[in-house]
Amino acid sequence: MDLEEAEEFKERCTQCEAVSWGLTDEGKYYCTSCHNVTERSKEVINTDVIPHAQIKALNRGLKRKNNSEKGWDWYVCEGFQYILYQQAEALKNLGVGPELKNDVLHNFWKRYLQKSKQAYCKNPVHTTGRKPTVLEDNLSHSDWASEPELLSDVNSPFLESGMESQSDVHTRKSFPISKASQSETSVCSGSLDGVEYSQRKEKGIVKMTMPQTLAFCYLSLLWQREAITLSDLLRFVEEDHIPYINAFQHFPEQMKLYGRDRGIFGTESWPNYDDIYKKTIEVATFLDLPRFPEITEDCYLHPNILCMKYLMEVNLPDEMHSLTCHVVKMTGMGEVDFLTFDPIAKMAKTVKYDVQAVAIIVVVLKLLFLLDDNLEWSLSNLAEKHNEKNKKDKPWFDFRKWYQIMKKAFDEKKQNWEEARAKYLWKSEKPLYYSYVDKPVAYKKREMVVNLQKQFSTLVDSTPTAGKKSPSSFQFNWTGEDTERTCFHGHSLQGVLKEKGQSLLTKNSLYWLSTQKFCRCYCTHVTTYEESNYSLSYQFILNLFSFLLRIKTSLLHEEVSLVEKELFKKKYSVTKKKSKSKKVRRY
Amino acid sequence: MSDFSEELKGPVTDDEQVETSVLSGAGMHFPWLQTYIETVAIGGKRKKDFAQTTSACLSFIQEALLKHQWQQAAGYMYSYFQTLEDSDSYKRQAAPEIIWKLGSEILFYHPKSNVETFNTFADRMKNIGIMNYLKISLQHALYLLHHGMLEDAKRNLSEAETWRHGEKTSSREILINVIQAYKGLLQYYTWSKKKTELSKLDKDDYAYSAVAQDVFNHSWKTSVNISALIKIPGVWDPFVKSYVEMLEFYGDRDGAQEVLTNYAYDEKFPSNPNAHIYLYNFLKRQKAPRSKLISVLKILYQIVPSHKLMLEFHTLLRKSEKEEHHKLGLEVLFGVLDFAGCTKNITAWKYLAKYLKKILMGNHLVWVQEEWNSRKNWWPSFHFSYFWAKSDWKEDTALSCEKAFVAGLLLGKGCRYFRYILKQDHQILGKKIKRMKRSVKKYSIVNPRL
Repeated sequence: MDLEEAEEFKERCTQCEAVSWGLTDEGKYYCTSCHNVTERSKEVINTDVIPHAQIKALNRGLKRKNNSEKGWDWYVCEGFQYILYQQAEALKNLGVGPELKNDVLHNFWKRYLQKSKQAYCKNPVHTTGRKPTVLEDNLSHSDWASEPELLSDVNSPFLESGMESQSDVHTRKSFPISKASQSETSVCSGSLDGVEYSQRKEKGIVKMTMPQTLAFCYLSLLWQREAITLSDLLRFVEEDHIPYINAFQHFPEQMKLYGRDRGIFGTESWPNYDDIYKKTIEVATFLDLPRFPEITEDCYLHPNILCMKYLMEVNLPDEMHSLTCHVVKMTGMGEVDFLTFDPIAKMAKTVKYDVQAVAIIVVVLKLLFLLDDNLEWSLSNLAEKHNEKNKKDKPWFDFRKWYQIMKKAFDEKKQNWEEARAKYLWKSEKPLYYSYVDKPVAYKKREMVVNLQKQFSTLVDSTPTAGKKSPSSFQFNWTGEDTERTCFHGHSLQGVLKEKGQSLLTKNSLYWLSTQKFCRCYCTHVTTYEESNYSLSYQFILNLFSFLLRIKTSLLHEEVSLVEKELFKKKYSVTKKKSKSKKVRRY
Repeated sequence: MSDFSEELKGPVTDDEQVETSVLSGAGMHFPWLQTYIETVAIGGKRKKDFAQTTSACLSFIQEALLKHQWQQAAGYMYSYFQTLEDSDSYKRQAAPEIIWKLGSEILFYHPKSNVETFNTFADRMKNIGIMNYLKISLQHALYLLHHGMLEDAKRNLSEAETWRHGEKTSSREILINVIQAYKGLLQYYTWSKKKTELSKLDKDDYAYSAVAQDVFNHSWKTSVNISALIKIPGVWDPFVKSYVEMLEFYGDRDGAQEVLTNYAYDEKFPSNPNAHIYLYNFLKRQKAPRSKLISVLKILYQIVPSHKLMLEFHTLLRKSEKEEHHKLGLEVLFGVLDFAGCTKNITAWKYLAKYLKKILMGNHLVWVQEEWNSRKNWWPSFHFSYFWAKSDWKEDTALSCEKAFVAGLLLGKGCRYFRYILKQDHQILGKKIKRMKRSVKKYSIVNPRL
């Protein structure tokens, strides 16, 4: 047995994960730390070193990994392109128009490749530090590089034929083939430029990451003015309707991922609203996109429509809609210029349409019920009495009853959601490993987990869990036949409004501001949300809505404050003198 | 993580407490500390959702186990297996043990589980890494024992015993010893069965010699297996007991005594009352001199002053010639009656009544006062309340008489307990009560006869 001879063999032991091999008399490798004997045997790789006459075992086992095991040559950006393709396809299946995939996202992506100098330009970034000669060979192909009208390009074959690597010939050709030199270095990645990519830090260039793919998706949805908000998009990702976690496992067999690719494509977190929102703006600015199509009153993203949607979602009376419209009008939040995203503008910012709509509803609830843990209950008493007396009329909206029903439904939903998250399976069928040394261990672990899961699946409750939920922009359903859950959509607000001449006034004449002072320092917070400072009703409503949007409660609180800031603009300037914040609102 | 292995082994046999106390180490556990440290280390950085959901999954499993919802637990377990692939290497290495503990617990109770499922699971878990092979083997064997599969358990232990992978560590060394000792215990069980068989046979029976030979062979193997373990500091009661039984059976008294003495007196061993009890019983069987017995029980008295052997200890002390032993005898009786569990022990009260009288007659009032001083604040309500007088009389008149006498001696004739018993008109006990009254008048410590 000779340890030196076994140095060639670099895989980890499947038993104890050590890399310390010896050779048995039969020429098989055995692990010196746990004595596990493998099926592999020593092969003579380089006859030049043979003078070691001790080698008894000859080439019996596997040959060195041949090229088919190494897989294709591919670049990181191709991987992202593939993922974007899948995501676009998934969006199409959700009912989004096909133009999104074929035109919009395609063009955004081409623009990105060009801006980040990865393709469609004279000097693609892949060649830096490598062999420029290769590029020169390919220069004859570079007529495409002068294809500037990206957004008007419609006849490109991009993304049409499923696997882009055949279709997007231009992109491929521009990459120098330098696989040979890489395979000898020890730093690894399955992609050609994975190692370099993960180290690349270029100023002014937005690097593609997994969250960035969602930013691209959202940008295209926004461009198309589709009926999917950012929170919907992220919820679909979490519910696995849009490929994101382990999206790489659907790569073609020959696109091998390991080593550094793991950090680039593997992700163990769901996307976060704030993060994707910021990335969207970042990408749009980087791509230097023109002003987006206008968000007008008939668009889904207009607050009037979104408010209607969320009022239905949380089982509030339809009559509230006229109040939300009123607030939208007073604050100017329904105006085209306010709503339309313009990345070229000085301060590029887009509206968080869904959060804003919900915040408007919260403000309206505050206007009607004050939500000070007092008035809403006494108004409920009135409504209850009235409803008991007049059983035939349209019932008055009873806040207490609504709260009880919502609380129950919300708690159930949240419990299910938490359980589903705890059961989420993160690991892909294709395990990601750091290097070839780790490959057998990673695969063995996977196999082990699958076997254990198989064994335990027989012990699980036989009633199958409802299966994969079909995607829906609604999470609650109130119009169903369930009599336990009263539907409040048709209830009237008469109990909380009073007529005065031609107009309706809220019975409640008080208001409190969620925030009295806005933060002016450089921290990104507009304001802070300390739960315990607020009434229980307010907390409940914030929790309910922020759960629906899967955002942090503080984010919604901020948005509520911003809506109030618009609504009470004048009063705000007055409050600087008067510290008292009680306001009288009239309609 | 709570230690599930203990719970798992709880129902298997009674012997297990023995080695868990050693295996889990003497260190204290602060389960909350780990999570605290983790959050501190992370600082402001967000934990990966993978880490969040798997730790939520773990709490769901624990909750389900607590509520005996085995199916739900299995459902969460299905997802929890992915921690074996955790990219955090620290967590990945800790995963097999957690999974083994939770999984074996589920399989132990799950209605759809059976020995086969458990075996498959155990075999799989043994071979994930090399860290847990021995522990799992041992627990697997205990599971089989619990299901009465002695042969399989034995085979399992033998396999584990010969398993040699990776480097040797001291903790692994102990584990191997424990495994061997369990093997020995199983052999002892067979031996013990053979022995009873033998005792039923006539010496002239033609089968006698064959069985006797068998018995001998077994004992030899067993002693080899067990003796290594019991030299290591730890609590090994069942092993020691069976080992000594065999040594005694073959007449090796010195050997047995050496083992027991070592087990009881070696300072490296954790304090263990059973060790002293075994030694005492052994010495008693050997008719050892009184002074030796006293010295053994003296240590037991320090560890468990309420042990039932204390009454025997008192008798030994009383019979001794030394005065200090007499004084200790009084202390021991008081000590026994300090414990709530012994308040109705009539022998103890009888001994105390008699002994108090004897001591007071012997003019050792100081001894009594010494003991009484620390108890006079609480014994009256603890033992001698009016309530107790009533209920004792109802339940056990003999006991109440003894107690009344003690009460009279310690608290004087005005004491409620004494008065209540005195008032009861009982035909048979009438004389005794009168005698008692006289003695109390004469000897009570409350009004010293000066």
